[in-house]
Amino acid sequence: MEIVRSQRRNGSDGSGSAASLPLYKSAPSIEFRLEEFGQYAIDRLRVLQAISDGLSRGKKPEEMENLVSEQWRANMKHQDADKTLRKDIISHFVLRLVYCREEEMRRWFLSMETALFRYRFRLQNAEAQKSIMNELQLQYNVLGNAEYETIKDKLTEAARSVNFTSNPETVFYKVPFEDVPELVASRRVFILKGFAFVPRNQVVSLVCTIFRSNISKALALTNRKWRAMIQDQEKDRIAPMVEALGNVYLGPDYSKPKDCAEISLKDINQLASTSFPLCMRHLFGKLREDHHLKHQGRMQLGLFLKGVGLKLEDALAFWRAEFSQKVGAERFDKEYAYSIRHNYGKEGKRTDYTPYSCQKIIMSTPSTGDHHGCPYRHFSEENLRAALNKMGVGGRAMDDIMDKVRNRHYQLACTLTFEATHGTSCETGINHPNQYFVESRKFFESKNKQSQPTA
Amino acid sequence: MTKEKEEHREDPMQIDSNRVPTGSLLTDYLRIYYGKFFPYTDMFKWLAYGNDGKHPGCDSSYFGRREFSFTIKSDRDEVYLRFQSFFNASEMETSIKAKCPTKIDIGAVYTVDPAKRHAYAQSGFNPIERELVFDIDISDYDDVRYCCSGADTCLNCWPLMTIAIKVIDTALREDFGFSHILWVYSGRRGVHCWVCDSRARRLSKEQRSAIADYFHVYKGGENSLKKVTFSGPLHPFLARAYTDALKNEFEKWVSTQKLFEHEERFHKILQLIPDESVVSELAEKWQGNSVRWEHLKHMLQSGSKKTQGLRRCIEEIVFSYTYPRLDIQVTKGMNHLLKAPFCVHPGTGRICIPIDPKKCEEFDPTSVPTVAQLIEELNANASIGADNYVEKTSLAASVHLFRTCFLEPLIKTCKDELENAYNTMMQQTKDSLNW
Repeated sequence: MEIVRSQRRNGSDGSGSAASLPLYKSAPSIEFRLEEFGQYAIDRLRVLQAISDGLSRGKKPEEMENLVSEQWRANMKHQDADKTLRKDIISHFVLRLVYCREEEMRRWFLSMETALFRYRFRLQNAEAQKSIMNELQLQYNVLGNAEYETIKDKLTEAARSVNFTSNPETVFYKVPFEDVPELVASRRVFILKGFAFVPRNQVVSLVCTIFRSNISKALALTNRKWRAMIQDQEKDRIAPMVEALGNVYLGPDYSKPKDCAEISLKDINQLASTSFPLCMRHLFGKLREDHHLKHQGRMQLGLFLKGVGLKLEDALAFWRAEFSQKVGAERFDKEYAYSIRHNYGKEGKRTDYTPYSCQKIIMSTPSTGDHHGCPYRHFSEENLRAALNKMGVGGRAMDDIMDKVRNRHYQLACTLTFEATHGTSCETGINHPNQYFVESRKFFESKNKQSQPTA
Repeated sequence: MTKEKEEHREDPMQIDSNRVPTGSLLTDYLRIYYGKFFPYTDMFKWLAYGNDGKHPGCDSSYFGRREFSFTIKSDRDEVYLRFQSFFNASEMETSIKAKCPTKIDIGAVYTVDPAKRHAYAQSGFNPIERELVFDIDISDYDDVRYCCSGADTCLNCWPLMTIAIKVIDTALREDFGFSHILWVYSGRRGVHCWVCDSRARRLSKEQRSAIADYFHVYKGGENSLKKVTFSGPLHPFLARAYTDALKNEFEKWVSTQKLFEHEERFHKILQLIPDESVVSELAEKWQGNSVRWEHLKHMLQSGSKKTQGLRRCIEEIVFSYTYPRLDIQVTKGMNHLLKAPFCVHPGTGRICIPIDPKKCEEFDPTSVPTVAQLIEELNANASIGADNYVEKTSLAASVHLFRTCFLEPLIKTCKDELENAYNTMMQQTKDSLNW
């Protein structure tokens, strides 16, 4: 098992060198330290998270290329190309371990790694791209001149139909149509007698399909191995790190509400109906209804409220008011108050717990009697529609949201809900319930400011 | 049972060839049809793809791993039997004659004999080969044909099927490079297409999906008005479909369906034009005029209106009405069961006969032989003591077409492939033995 090191000696030091884009075919037999394990993974995760953000904001390919280039330089690049490569490979395989364990995680990792690969590939020079294609065993033949002459009209026609101007310099590859299903499906290439004629810029799509498929298989395999042996073997060394890495969230942690004013109890109902994301609305509603929430629900809502600016005294009053209707004030003080103070870092080892990010909430597994989790993931279609209706979402917006849900883009669905209920677009995709709240308050504040002069 | 058979020999059944048989009459007809007409050997030769045991390179398990399904109707109910499989032609013949199915479907070739699938872990039973198939149904065009609807078809609207065959057949051969393509009349209101090249049989679900999407032009559900939208110049495939087939067919369609003579009919066309001013101008002028289609074309092509979306409007209209509407799900799946050729359609009694794509304009669905008709012909032959009964019936032409246009070239290719694969393997073995 060797690292891909083949053409390193030949390549120049620029970003175009062939071996600077590894294919992660097999686990490296490099030795590295445990500290590097965590740190490298987090650095790579920053890059993947930035990509995820960029994609959910709908950035164009050129913008994504820039984003990837910057993020890579900021987080991964080392002066020594060898060291960069080493970090690249180690971090990828560590994250593979972390993200192989659950289906949602695999999907996210696969999508982000493929995107990362896609944009890095686009940034490579022609020679580097060719050698990567060779490694992937793509039977590409560059279209010869004679054949080109016979079909050039059709090639132009096909290019124009997708708004691409080809010129005599454009390199075309002759590829069996089976290898480029996406391009065939969308009629983006000319095909003749079973061959597709792919202009160089579209080769990216091919390469990415293969990359994606390879990583997908590898993830499934890694998952099996993890469950079968590694998790157990490494339970004292790597397993805890893998666990922790899986919960890493890299945005603002909203644990100290700085920008938004503290909220008071009397505002809370109003705020819940205008500015809480669906997950918290639901928990809040259930709490009001049942005067109780199970542990995970209390954690999810409680930390959110802390992030939103609810002071400890107010939080205690709030929860007591509800719970005492069910279990009595005494029992509340005895059994539940402690954990609320704990959340605020006033008990035990005094960790100031941070509100849960979307990623964490989506990954949770509510069962009977639970109301935590992400409604976009965990509610049935019927219930989700009803809940969104109550928020005032309907019509076209509802369809768009349900479409996102069906495709498992839960955060995008939440973003669309934000847009539908506020009547404004949300440039930054929603990654954190507190972010939803902050954006919502910002929106209403600026609306109020606008309406004041005319009042 | 035997007594009935004897009766048949001595005293032919009274047949009314105009009646569509149902119930026990259908069963009786089917018994005769399966007894005398169904071309078992030809079907076996096709589906064995050369693996008939004669060549050392054959895979003798191949035919036995193909799934068939039978629909068996009795007076009381309908039974659907999946995962039927047969080791060879003779077993298939015995089973069909015994069960007398009202419908036979052909499924995929699996990793193991479907009848024995339970002996294997779920992961061990998978489809590995399957023809690329298409299913086109004229009832999917109900919104653009005014002569018939639902299950009916006539010579006025059948041309839609002819167009579909031409467009898809050409693309399959020219664009995808396939050559062993069988088109079959589905017995009532549509056509099926079986692409049998080995390259086609080995396509993955994703690749089939891609091909289905390549052909998918008419989109949108009940709620969208505009089902065909072209934002720029047409892809060569669409341009060819338009110039070689759709453009002229639409002109004919305009007159056979009287598209511009009835308000609700031309109103539908006007709805496809994304420019209000054009639409109102035309609607006004058309109060009494009948050269409407020319007028519309002229207006849209003149370029005097620069509204976005008008450039391709004519093509969009033509495609909306005439472009093939496939059942995409049939093509995408690898183990979708599709009706076998030479079945009897229980609703019409007609035989699902092959259609020659090169002569598809001549195909007349109203004159396809029915099972009743065939039996009548058979009896007529018998009464004059002629030999080779079946060859003297109307089915002979279809079987002949199947053999000459499809089966023989296919078998030749299969044998060549088997031969090559075998020789390569032998060579490799020889090479590996040479240290």
